[in-house]
Amino acid sequence: MFKKILVPVDLAHLEAIERSLAASADLARHYGAEVHYLGVTTSTPGTVARTPEEYAQKLEAFAQEQATVHGQAVHSRCINSPDPVADLDRTILKSIDEVGADLVVMATHLPKHLDAVIPAHGDRIASHTDISVFLVRPA
Amino acid sequence: MTNDNTNDNTTDSNESAGVPAPEGPANLIDTDYVIGQDNIAATKFGVDVDLHGKVFTFSALVILAFVIITLALQDQVGPVFEGLRAWLTSNISWFFLAGANVFVLVSVGLIFTPLGKVRLGGQHAKPDFSYAGWFAMLFAAGMGIGLMYFGVSEPLAHFNSAIGGTSVENGVRTDWAPLGAAGGNESGAISLAMAATIFHWGLHPWAIYAVVALSLALFSFNKGLPLTMRSVFYPILGERVWGWPGHVIDILAVFATLFGLATSLGLGAQQATAGLSYLFGIPGDEVTMVLLIVGITAVALGSVTLGVDKGVQRLSQLNMIVAALLLLFVIIFGPTLFIVTGFFQFLASYVADLPALSNPFGREDANFSQGWTAFYWAWWISWSPFVGMFIARVSRGRTVREFLIAVLIIPTLISVLWMTALGGTAIDQVVNLGLENVAGANGDLQLFEMLGNLPLGFITSIIAIFLVIVFFVTSSDSGSLVIDAITAGGKVNAPKPQRMFWAIIEGAIAIALLLGGGLSALQAMAVSAGFPFTIVLLIACYAIIKGLMSEPRGA
Repeated sequence: MFKKILVPVDLAHLEAIERSLAASADLARHYGAEVHYLGVTTSTPGTVARTPEEYAQKLEAFAQEQATVHGQAVHSRCINSPDPVADLDRTILKSIDEVGADLVVMATHLPKHLDAVIPAHGDRIASHTDISVFLVRPA
Repeated sequence: MTNDNTNDNTTDSNESAGVPAPEGPANLIDTDYVIGQDNIAATKFGVDVDLHGKVFTFSALVILAFVIITLALQDQVGPVFEGLRAWLTSNISWFFLAGANVFVLVSVGLIFTPLGKVRLGGQHAKPDFSYAGWFAMLFAAGMGIGLMYFGVSEPLAHFNSAIGGTSVENGVRTDWAPLGAAGGNESGAISLAMAATIFHWGLHPWAIYAVVALSLALFSFNKGLPLTMRSVFYPILGERVWGWPGHVIDILAVFATLFGLATSLGLGAQQATAGLSYLFGIPGDEVTMVLLIVGITAVALGSVTLGVDKGVQRLSQLNMIVAALLLLFVIIFGPTLFIVTGFFQFLASYVADLPALSNPFGREDANFSQGWTAFYWAWWISWSPFVGMFIARVSRGRTVREFLIAVLIIPTLISVLWMTALGGTAIDQVVNLGLENVAGANGDLQLFEMLGNLPLGFITSIIAIFLVIVFFVTSSDSGSLVIDAITAGGKVNAPKPQRMFWAIIEGAIAIALLLGGGLSALQAMAVSAGFPFTIVLLIACYAIIKGLMSEPRGA
């Protein structure tokens, strides 16, 4: 049913995306789909990496590590943005098209009042793409 | 602690961090500091935060304390701040003037040295923004609003004082004319007035911004340090920049940025309100001003939420287009020939008068060099952390030479054209057409009086007010991003509510001070912050040269 799964990841908050990683790994195994791990990083030095290249390297290493978990083909995709917080939704939507993904699996938080002002990234993705979106909420 | 000079990225046997080079060869500083290690990341009241514990807390407390003290003890505090400013700009004006000259020499010099080939972000880095978007953002953040206000009033003021000649009382000059004035000599006074105005809006202010921006960009993109003021001090303080000395530098930067922005927002609202009541007869009272600030803050809030690319960049481009149209309109419908010949003539007199105008010592025109020049320099310098950091953030992928030409030379030429067009038209109206209304008007209204003497005055005045307001928005949104980055320990991907918080705080402080009084007092305070920052900038010059020397240069 699914051939290419796009999984946006935040290397600085791996604990927050544990469940979505597990879900995407299970789905990938079940459908034999390849998994594209998407990381969006800043052009300025950040917590995970001091340069975009370092981030790309770490993302690739992360993807390979995940491959050993689910045994499916993996790709890492690192996008560089001057303002990732603001550009994240657009970057994910663009990547869906460029990768040709048919499913997005991403972590999101529980709905809250603030969402009215700042919508959750998952909400925005789901309402702006035609493909399936699996929003994984914390337990 | 020190730079390791391994520029090859052949193997990753470098066990210290395993950090690869930036795009292509560059020279990272080897530090164990992890960006965000001193941050507090939590969820408070359903809002995610990720802040530098000490910088955020102390900045917030200091700002709160200053606002409360200024409001509560207005009559006592006002004169103290004002006195401090007056003392600084008169007694150490030589320091401001000499410092600014150093910044010009360093930044102009770097264009012509091989160091100009270094690329920000590593030799193979690609620019994040197009030339048009990049330039629009740095120009809108850097000057914008001042050009609207002073474009007409400053050339007129200098012209009036210059043509009045010098007057001496008890051996002290009491006139405000630049240099030796030009008593009774009309064309001499025009040239002198324009040269003096261009001087204040030309190479010097942009060199101040360039020094801050270049040092931040270099230490962040090429050396891998966080994008905050403290990183510039790494060559001098070493690992101590991550402790209290660094905290103090960052807190000072937040302080100067926030108060610079809040006072400008308050004073700008007064100008825009004056324009609105002149045009539409809207009461120029506090209600209008507060509504204006709320409106400006709301748009700025939208802009920071959309981010640099879709928010700030687009607004800045809109701004540049409208400003260019207004400029073109004035050139075509104003004294076209006078402006075109004036551009070259005034540029020439700027160059000719530059050594005398920038001379820090033994000045006879104390009123001018202290009251105008030193004040301006202190004001530009106190704004420099904000403008510089913002320019740095959008300049990755440019070479140092490209960067300096875009930050120094092109804006200077645009300032010359702008001042010639707006100021020249106003002077032409006074001198050649004998119109009195511009010269007689209040500083807030001179721009509108000048436009009113041209065709379609009503429409162009509305456009001018629109420009004033949008220029404020572009200052406010880029300022919020800068403060957010500093208080998040250099992280530019902190949660969105933080940048929104700072945008709201700016508006709130502006309103509080506008209603409670004390805007001018706080402006004096912000200008006084220019003094410590002049020292910071001089150190930055040293750090830039030292940092660039250790960078690989492109072919």
